[in-house]
Amino acid sequence: MKRLVFLMPVLLFLALAFWFAKGLSRDPRYIPSMLIDRPAPDFVLPPIAGPMEGLSSSDFQGQVSMLNIFGSWCASCEIEHPVLMAIAREGVAPIYGLNWKDAPGAGAEWLRGRGDPYAKIGDDAAGRVAIDFGVTGAPETFIIDAAGRVRHKHVGPVTMDEWRHVLKPMIEDLNDAPLDP
Amino acid sequence: MMRRLILSIMLAASSAAIAVQPDEQLDDSALEARAREISRDIRCVVCQSENIDDSNAPLARDLRLLVRERLLEGDSDKEATDFLVARYGDYVLLKPRVQTNTLLLWGAPLIAAVAAAAGLLAALDGAKRRKKAPKALTDEEVEALNRLT
Repeated sequence: MKRLVFLMPVLLFLALAFWFAKGLSRDPRYIPSMLIDRPAPDFVLPPIAGPMEGLSSSDFQGQVSMLNIFGSWCASCEIEHPVLMAIAREGVAPIYGLNWKDAPGAGAEWLRGRGDPYAKIGDDAAGRVAIDFGVTGAPETFIIDAAGRVRHKHVGPVTMDEWRHVLKPMIEDLNDAPLDP
Repeated sequence: MMRRLILSIMLAASSAAIAVQPDEQLDDSALEARAREISRDIRCVVCQSENIDDSNAPLARDLRLLVRERLLEGDSDKEATDFLVARYGDYVLLKPRVQTNTLLLWGAPLIAAVAAAAGLLAALDGAKRRKKAPKALTDEEVEALNRLT
């Protein structure tokens, strides 16, 4: 009994050390999304160029879709772009674009040279819709179910690997699952 | 030499560059002061060791403007902060609120103090008891003592 009392601080130290060591392995840049399993925020955004269509939250109704945050100023978006083109060609789900804090016309110009993977694009020049989505940087990609609820958030460029092993299976699951109210 | 000394003193005395730009500030100085106060407790989600009042990140500027906009619309300090928490989570608060999942965090100093006090009392008590009641002599010891005296 006496011995146990003396061992207590050591045991306590070991428990704390283990706990903190576990904490060190977590990514401090990862900010959990507040929107998971909640309806996407309401918004109506104009198109980025005259003849194109704008984007509003009602576009998320009726089918599983992806929302990709991008900007012509964003270097990682450049890396992600070919992956989005490939995903768009697969036609599993429409990719909607949110052109975040871009100068007028810059987003359209950026896409002109590279190709346009987006079904529809909203121009969020003021960045307010992005804040409603809790966006911390571009690119970010959300998966939104057919009822317009956010189901997943991916931070940083989507890679082909991430698409094949995480995002695509998730979309296929959502497509198969009956819509619960 | 003298010039360098003066320059270094001036640099040391100057405050850090202010991130809040003149065009962001509100005309109402009371509201502006409240906005600064709120901003100092909001973590910048881009450069995470800074608050949005100090940060030069464009997103921090947007959040500062948003805070001011909420205040102009008549939000209380708490409502303006809640608006950001609803979007970015408790994560944006540099000072965590007291709520169920932070009870351990806020309670830890108290728990540690109580545990330390209990340990100290037990140790003092043990020491006192040892001093007060010295072990009685055994029969052999009494006999040995008697033989000596």
